[in-house]
Amino acid sequence: MIALWRGLAPRTRAWLAGFLALLVLTPLVADRYLLSILTLIFYFAYVGQAWNLMMGYAGQLSLGHALYVGLGAYVAALLWVYFGVGPWLGVFAAIVIAAAFGGAVGWLGFRFGVEGVYFALLTIAAAEFTRIAFDHLAFAGGSGGLFIPYEEGRLGQWWNLRGGQLLFYYVALALAAGGVALVAGLTRSRLGYQWLAVREDEAAARALGIDAFRAKMAAVLVSSAMTAVGGVFYAFYYNNLFPAQIFDIGRSIELILGPIVGGLGTVFGPVVGAFILTPLGEGLIALTARLGIDAPGMKAVFYGLTLIAIIYVRPSGVWPWLARVIGVTERVP
Amino acid sequence: MLHPGHEESARRTSMIWSIYVNVVVQGVLTGLVYGLMALGLSVIFGVVRVVNFAHGEFAVVGMYAAFLLFRSLGLDPLVTMLPIAAAFFAIGFALQASLINSFVGRAEHEQFILLVGVGIVIANVLLMTFGPDARPANLPYGFDSYLIGPLIVDKVRVYSAIAAVAIAAALFAFFRWTATGTAIRACADNLAGAAVVGLNVKRLYAITFGIGLACVGAAGALMVTIADAAPSLGPAYTLLAFIIVIVGGLGSMAGALIGGILIGVSEALAGFIIEPSMKSMFSFALLIAVLVLRPRGLMGRRA
Repeated sequence: MIALWRGLAPRTRAWLAGFLALLVLTPLVADRYLLSILTLIFYFAYVGQAWNLMMGYAGQLSLGHALYVGLGAYVAALLWVYFGVGPWLGVFAAIVIAAAFGGAVGWLGFRFGVEGVYFALLTIAAAEFTRIAFDHLAFAGGSGGLFIPYEEGRLGQWWNLRGGQLLFYYVALALAAGGVALVAGLTRSRLGYQWLAVREDEAAARALGIDAFRAKMAAVLVSSAMTAVGGVFYAFYYNNLFPAQIFDIGRSIELILGPIVGGLGTVFGPVVGAFILTPLGEGLIALTARLGIDAPGMKAVFYGLTLIAIIYVRPSGVWPWLARVIGVTERVP
Repeated sequence: MLHPGHEESARRTSMIWSIYVNVVVQGVLTGLVYGLMALGLSVIFGVVRVVNFAHGEFAVVGMYAAFLLFRSLGLDPLVTMLPIAAAFFAIGFALQASLINSFVGRAEHEQFILLVGVGIVIANVLLMTFGPDARPANLPYGFDSYLIGPLIVDKVRVYSAIAAVAIAAALFAFFRWTATGTAIRACADNLAGAAVVGLNVKRLYAITFGIGLACVGAAGALMVTIADAAPSLGPAYTLLAFIIVIVGGLGSMAGALIGGILIGVSEALAGFIIEPSMKSMFSFALLIAVLVLRPRGLMGRRA
């Protein structure tokens, strides 16, 4: 961590410290609505970061990351509802289960040479398969949903993720910051360089003696485990889970928009993407509500158009361009 | 037919068998319409090498087009199928010429994301226009059926299946015997060679994308006779088309139809034996199995 910090250029360090301090102090002046939007931004920055690790760094396109969000959410919620096991413990179970599923998908894909678009299809199929399975799991509430009961007496139990907006704001901020630090650390490790080699040219990486299968498996395991933690947060923030919502392919796509808009394969790309997309989407909702237009698809149309525009005009994302403008570098040679 | 004097168990067995045969025939007929939809995907991927991830959304647009023409003007989807296919050809041509051609040869995930974006826009414009509820077309002959011995076959499914096969045959003839069709096949087989002999590859790609969308538009029009139109159907149809194309083998036109029949029958049987809401689980399991067990075959002609 300290080595990471030292590795940054002074100007980058100043920007980062200022930005973090601003976010930590925001609750002093912000109202609940603003905090809820920032919480959402941090959540998407975090899960986007998890996906970015797999696609942006290791080059494996997953379109089924909702699977790991959903598994993490369900495992922690079930442990809490049935056994009273708190999320701080449940998160480890969530990580294990989600990583097991991620490992299974990765093993099937990488062991049998399912690549590119076909691998993406495999991830979608796994997520959809699980969605339908959860629709029929009676103990998890089936398609009727699973609810975490609202208990007045537990409200102050921050260690059980029972609390108000402020608690979730800081938890989400910690997740997003932790995600950035983790990915920044990993990408400067031996494994991180192996991922880049595999992403650029797998055959050449193999020729250099890199165990590509192992590197890709590591990517999918870390990514699914990270995503599951986001799922635990989701479950305790929203308190209700429906398979048709949480495992939906729309969720998988929503999750990848941030990193794509921000910049694939960059540490701050997912953060920047979340800061651009979420406020725009929420602003659009607020605007249409004020104008009295009831159009449930408008936000998604806007996302779709943004996606097309970004991938057409700036396929490498906003962050690499923005970083040049403000004179910040992610990577010191 | 059943005769008096047969034992009770034998009668029950034959009844169960006739139900199974009915379900299978139903699945084959539906599967041919699925196959036509998948054919569009197969043609586009086989030639342009771009995965049309908005395929299912286009099918749903076809459904709504046929639905609106039927509700407002009383035109039969089996008739409006042709103008809808023509309109979709124009849309596909324009889309490829204006947007997708510049993505040919770019990174796979960029093409993928472009078409995901197109799909999101289509699905949600439909949602804003028509609302989230499923709309049944209610054809006048929607509940008529033919009795062939112990078989009870829905009229609409028979007509739709015949139409699907007819379009597929026309397409096969186009690729086999026309100059344009041959040129498109040349692009698929050897892109550099095709460009060297002076073929206008971009225009041929636009035509191919148009043909692919014409297939899916026609399939959507046919689909409205057997399923209710809803904006949320898109991703499921996209995945369905993928499953069929991959099961049937990429680039093979007959494969798409055969894959369609296979998936149609397996869905119908799964829906009958287990539970209708679980039927697509089997398709996804099948997709995973095929992806994993036949990776070489799945790479199509890309090699």
